[in-house]
Amino acid sequence: MSLAGKAALVSALLLAICLGAWHVATLPKASADAAMDPEYARLMGLDKPKTDGLPTLAQLGAASWKQLAHPFHDSGSNDKGIGIQLAYSLGRVTLGFALAALVAVPLGFVIGLSPLAHRALNPFIQVLKPISPLAWMPLALYTIKDSAASSIFVIFICSVWPMLINTSHGVASVRRDWLNVAKTLEAGTVRTCLQVILPAATPVILTGMRISMGIAWLVIVAAEMLVGNLGIGYFVWNEWNNLSLSNVIFAILVIGVVGMLLDLLFGALQRAFAYVE
Amino acid sequence: MSLFRNPFDSRPGWGCACGRHASTAEHEAGSPGAEELSARALRAAALRALFPKDAERRRFLRAVGRPTAMAALASLFPFGALEAMAQDKGKIERKDVKIGFIPITCATPLIMSSPLGFYEKQGLNVTLVKTAGWALIRDKVMNKEYDASHLLAPMPLAISLGVGSGALPMNVATIQNSNGQAITLALKHKDNRDPKNWKGFKFAVPFEFSMHNFLLRYYLAEHGLDPDRDVQIRVVPPPEMVANLRAGNIDGYLGPDPFNQRAVYDQVGFIHLLTRDLWDGHPCCSFGTRSDWVKENPNTFAALYRAVLNAAAMAAGPENRTTIAEAIAPANYLNQPVPVLEQVLTGRYADGLGNVKNVPNRIEFDPVPWNSLGVWILTQMKRWGYLKGDVRYKEIVQQVYLMTEAKRLMKAEGIMAPAEMPKKIVVMGKPFDAARPEAYVESFAIRKSA
Repeated sequence: MSLAGKAALVSALLLAICLGAWHVATLPKASADAAMDPEYARLMGLDKPKTDGLPTLAQLGAASWKQLAHPFHDSGSNDKGIGIQLAYSLGRVTLGFALAALVAVPLGFVIGLSPLAHRALNPFIQVLKPISPLAWMPLALYTIKDSAASSIFVIFICSVWPMLINTSHGVASVRRDWLNVAKTLEAGTVRTCLQVILPAATPVILTGMRISMGIAWLVIVAAEMLVGNLGIGYFVWNEWNNLSLSNVIFAILVIGVVGMLLDLLFGALQRAFAYVE
Repeated sequence: MSLFRNPFDSRPGWGCACGRHASTAEHEAGSPGAEELSARALRAAALRALFPKDAERRRFLRAVGRPTAMAALASLFPFGALEAMAQDKGKIERKDVKIGFIPITCATPLIMSSPLGFYEKQGLNVTLVKTAGWALIRDKVMNKEYDASHLLAPMPLAISLGVGSGALPMNVATIQNSNGQAITLALKHKDNRDPKNWKGFKFAVPFEFSMHNFLLRYYLAEHGLDPDRDVQIRVVPPPEMVANLRAGNIDGYLGPDPFNQRAVYDQVGFIHLLTRDLWDGHPCCSFGTRSDWVKENPNTFAALYRAVLNAAAMAAGPENRTTIAEAIAPANYLNQPVPVLEQVLTGRYADGLGNVKNVPNRIEFDPVPWNSLGVWILTQMKRWGYLKGDVRYKEIVQQVYLMTEAKRLMKAEGIMAPAEMPKKIVVMGKPFDAARPEAYVESFAIRKSA
């Protein structure tokens, strides 16, 4: 058996063990005992089998199916299908991410090219970089005065740093020889930047973007839970509200799958721009 | 001369307000200065615009009393707004209105107005936006993201005064609900029901400026506990209360329904007491918005007002409660199981300790924002140090709580509006006199402002 085949087998086995443990852990407990007043039992919802805590696999399956069957249903301003919620979240991530790229890539170029700019800006970057993006939220809400724009700002602020640092690093570490060749060929600054430095630094910049996108997807869920704008984070919050763990688990799985797809997308981009020296 | 005739006089025919003069003109010629006179004339014009028909104006004045009417008018200057409100069903300035709400049963009238068509009937297209917590509601109202919102009854007072946020004048159109809250404790405390033994407990309330916070503090203090020293009171958004109770992060909460009943339904807690047992008829949530929005959109505001008043009137009928529970249960609104909402609204509920209780007035809907309710809230804000120095209790409340407007619109919609507050304010056996707020604050042994 090939290595890939063995790995697949182990993965499948792990999944089976997890699901089996889940099934055993969530077997329905005895519901109303005979001595209980029937009306009390009905008011407590104990007249039907009820699990406390985690849902059973069947319940999770049913809940997921219900969501997946109508991904674009729209039953009011606070109840939309999972597809629409995902579109909202992806839209916000894309916008915040694009704004961050617009700022981070040119600024990264400047920092990478000019040692002065690097030294001058470095302290600011080092202080601002480790701040949790959500810590900006109250300040953003207070100053921007718009919750949708605030969540986009939070995405912007969290995705700007990896891109900025990677761009400046990529630009600064372009091989001297290539720059010297450009100089001997009397290429101007702009031409050197666009035709020598940019292609050389692209793989590093894309790595920065891949990291940024990963962080942005982590943060959007939390931001939406906090602010309550429509989106996948809101979906989780709304179902938490209802203590409906089946739907919460379903949403967690969806978030994981979408995050993986985004990562794969940037992985493919990286491969497309990779070069061998 | 008719302009100077006192329109605040509820009696028909000629004669003056004080009764000592043959006519109002004579009365006024005798006493006030020119400035006062012109102010009065202005207000008189406003009142005439509001109530073009004499008989109607007299009825209104009899219902609310002269000083209240004067204060309400003063709070509503400039006159543009008043004139527009006078032509009752005037053209609404905007059809699309965005209203924020927290998914709790307190918001019943303003939520049910959407599925049951009360907004539509007034020609409004209302988008209800579910919101994650009260701090966010405050920010979104102040940021003008929401046109109007579900608010905790103390919030508009706090925001108008700039306590806990920037100052922004707010208005309360209606009280959403009275009663309807409870103290829920974790099941492990089921044999520890005496508050005297609760030292070190961790409690949750939905917001600092909430009836929940003030009632919990009141209750604990009456049992000899200092809420600032002997227990911890944290702010937790209502939807997260049950999860926190289950996780053992808190020992209990004074929270809004359905989350008390939900804790029982999920077998993590029991209902220690209903807030109606502390103060039967206490207000909880309100419906209001920024004063500038009211002044810019008087007709839209009046239309919203009518919709919510009609909804409150329907919600007040016990026979409608089951229908309402079904209307507000879906994921778009409260996202709760119908049996839980039914228990909250009908008052026949499981208490989590094996008993079925029957308390028909567990939650009630009296929409009039009685000013004395606001004064009580301010006394508690003073008591617990949220307000410092001299508080102009009456003036503040009169500016924020649009009591006269609520009564007038109720009458116009054919809804019974009592002239006096239906229940006297008695909190845990102690009566409250809204005319003497400062003495009330001083009468408490446990308080922060001592």
